[in-house]
Amino acid sequence: MANKHDIFERHSWVLLIGILVMVAIGGLVEIVPLFYLKSTIEKVEGMRPYSPLELAGRNIYVREGCYNCHSQMIRPMRDEIERYGHYSLAAESMYDHPFQWASKRTGPDLARVGGKYSDDWQRDHLINPRAVVPTSIMPGYPFLAKNELDTNAIKAVVSTNRLVGVPYTDEQVEKAVADLKAQANPDDPGAAEVLKRYPKAVVRDFDGNAGKLTEMDALVAYLQVLGTLVDFKVYDDKANLR
Amino acid sequence: MARPIAAKSFTLEEGGFALFLALLAVGCLFIAAKAWEPAYAFHMGVGAIMAAAGCILILKAYIDRTEMPSQLTADGKPNYNYGPIKFASIAAMFWGIAGFIVGLTVASQLAWPVLNFDFPLTNFGRLRPLHTSAVIFAFGGNVLLATSFYVVQRTSQARMPGIITPWFIVLGYNAFIVIAGTGYLLGITQGKEYAEPEWYADLWLTIVWVTYLLAFLGTLWKRKEPHIYVANWFYLAFIVTIAMLHLGNNMSVPVSIFSSKSIQVFSGVQDAMVQWWYGHNAVGFFLTAGFLAIMYYFVPKRAERPVYSYRLSIVHFWSLIFLYIWAGPHHLHYTALPDWASTLGMVMSIVLWMPSWGGMINGLMTLSGAWDKLRTDPVIRMLVVSVAFYGMSTFEGPLMSIRAVNGLSHYTDWTVGHVHSGALGWVGFVSFGALYCLFPWLWNKKGLYSLKLVNWHFWLGTIGIVLYICAMWVSGIMQGLMWRAYDKLGFLEYSFIETVEQMHPFYVIRALGGGLFVLGSLIMAYNLYMTVRHGEQEDTVLAGASRMAAAE
Repeated sequence: MANKHDIFERHSWVLLIGILVMVAIGGLVEIVPLFYLKSTIEKVEGMRPYSPLELAGRNIYVREGCYNCHSQMIRPMRDEIERYGHYSLAAESMYDHPFQWASKRTGPDLARVGGKYSDDWQRDHLINPRAVVPTSIMPGYPFLAKNELDTNAIKAVVSTNRLVGVPYTDEQVEKAVADLKAQANPDDPGAAEVLKRYPKAVVRDFDGNAGKLTEMDALVAYLQVLGTLVDFKVYDDKANLR
Repeated sequence: MARPIAAKSFTLEEGGFALFLALLAVGCLFIAAKAWEPAYAFHMGVGAIMAAAGCILILKAYIDRTEMPSQLTADGKPNYNYGPIKFASIAAMFWGIAGFIVGLTVASQLAWPVLNFDFPLTNFGRLRPLHTSAVIFAFGGNVLLATSFYVVQRTSQARMPGIITPWFIVLGYNAFIVIAGTGYLLGITQGKEYAEPEWYADLWLTIVWVTYLLAFLGTLWKRKEPHIYVANWFYLAFIVTIAMLHLGNNMSVPVSIFSSKSIQVFSGVQDAMVQWWYGHNAVGFFLTAGFLAIMYYFVPKRAERPVYSYRLSIVHFWSLIFLYIWAGPHHLHYTALPDWASTLGMVMSIVLWMPSWGGMINGLMTLSGAWDKLRTDPVIRMLVVSVAFYGMSTFEGPLMSIRAVNGLSHYTDWTVGHVHSGALGWVGFVSFGALYCLFPWLWNKKGLYSLKLVNWHFWLGTIGIVLYICAMWVSGIMQGLMWRAYDKLGFLEYSFIETVEQMHPFYVIRALGGGLFVLGSLIMAYNLYMTVRHGEQEDTVLAGASRMAAAE
């Protein structure tokens, strides 16, 4: 054995190539099939790309590191399904660049938090969690309600998402800023168009501050859409057995 | 860049780096002027300043230089390059304490949420990545840079190539740390655990890392020893694999060159798989292979015994690097990842137990015939206990990778406790042991300022770790069980917030354990400072040299 191993110990290139081969195999076997096996992502009705406002909210969710404490992945266990709802499908995060399944539940899972609480509750809770949940250990985010939402980058964000495979149409990219503003303002003439381009989107003044488009608007819009797109009344999990 | 040959190429190396840094500084300034976000403009400004400073340092060194600087040998012995190693060692201690204190802060925030202060910069969500990156990449990374440069030179009996190159690697890596760390505080993140830095920081790290690989290989090419020492196999595997993982997991498209924001190429289930392929092997190669290299050099060196088994080293090495890569999907049990993938990850994780313990046995048994040193030398005690913690957490890991166990442990503090038994016990202690060896060697001292203080550090650290991991076992398993508890009527027994309330005492105990660990590291810093400033000078110039009679 010692002699056979000699070649690795005497030639750094051989050692290097040996290492590369050994560490490449596992990844190739586990990752590559996920891109071409059709069973990896179920076929579902209702999934659509995030609206610009929801996407902006998602960026704030990422920026504040919400994934450090909140998962977005309900496991197929009795208690989780009763607590959070139907277990999460791969299809439900297929437009998530990056994924936000996370790995710790210091706070509850958020995969289906959309529609569970009112906008007012979400806003009050984000500003001071202990105002609505006295024993919560979540930090407060009062600055979200004050910060004006930066809309400069949203068109580029949407079009870059399209570049990596999210099926946004030309129109959706073009109208990104207008749609973003309209979704947070029910009086906006473009509100109807938002609903047309993003079915099931909610058009509301999410932060309860009509004069101002804040980061709170975007984050609440994102939270309110989570888990609401797939209609599980018509979803047939038997058709997707794998 | 790294040229292994001799004197003539030095000016080319200097010129190349100076030109590159000058262009980089101009480029950064240009982007800073047109940046979309203030935080990004700030980063580009910092980048421009750092690049310009590097450029000026190179020019200044060139002007001040009177003779050809780097003699490959001095008095017939290799003239090892210790400057960058000294810098990385001090940086490791600095970032270590910073990272531990941020860790203590986030631990305290979980016990007393008022400590978040509800400002963007102080909230848990931004500080937690700062903590993980500071301890893994800043502390651990600098320990790996320092020890790998030391070990590869000493075991090759050769000076590492280049003058600027080693400094570029060490300073460039620490520049990455500064950009990454300030980025988290300013809210610049990719939102992928342990891979939070954005695209431009990732690009910079790629350049530094490739230079690191070349410098490491360059030293091996110049070696006087016919065989490559076992520690260097592990270092090489660590460097190469981290490069692969870094490139694979950070595939993203910037929304603009003038924006810090980028969009990941992969999404959903594929992104999850790639992330944990990366994430678990950041553990496997950064925190394991790299630190096993430390074990394979510093334990035999300090114990003055050869490595226990050469054959076991070979088996340990190849099986460990082959198997680790497969283990990632055990982070994704019961998720939307297909079962075949998570099953594969689980099986390989359990098999991985064997090479892990093979390595532990190889490390521990190296003390054969020198066990009495455990009584007399607190540094060797620290190294041995680190290997014992390695054994413990590499047993716990495979256990937690079993689907049924994972169903309970996932999403809970049990995972956090497991990580910290590895991070504090194994990585922390083996790093402390290595630094306690390295400082006297580098500064040419007879020994440490005080072994008594090492003893204090050892016990404070150990008690801290035990408090930490026990608290996390209890809170993790308790919360996991509370989530799935049902009452007599078949309803969920506890609301989520009721399970959070039960965590409080354990979060306090955990913070206490973390506090003890911080205290120990402060004692260490004082001890190392006094060693450098007031330690007794070693008589022979090349202290601690060439006693390496290990597995070759």
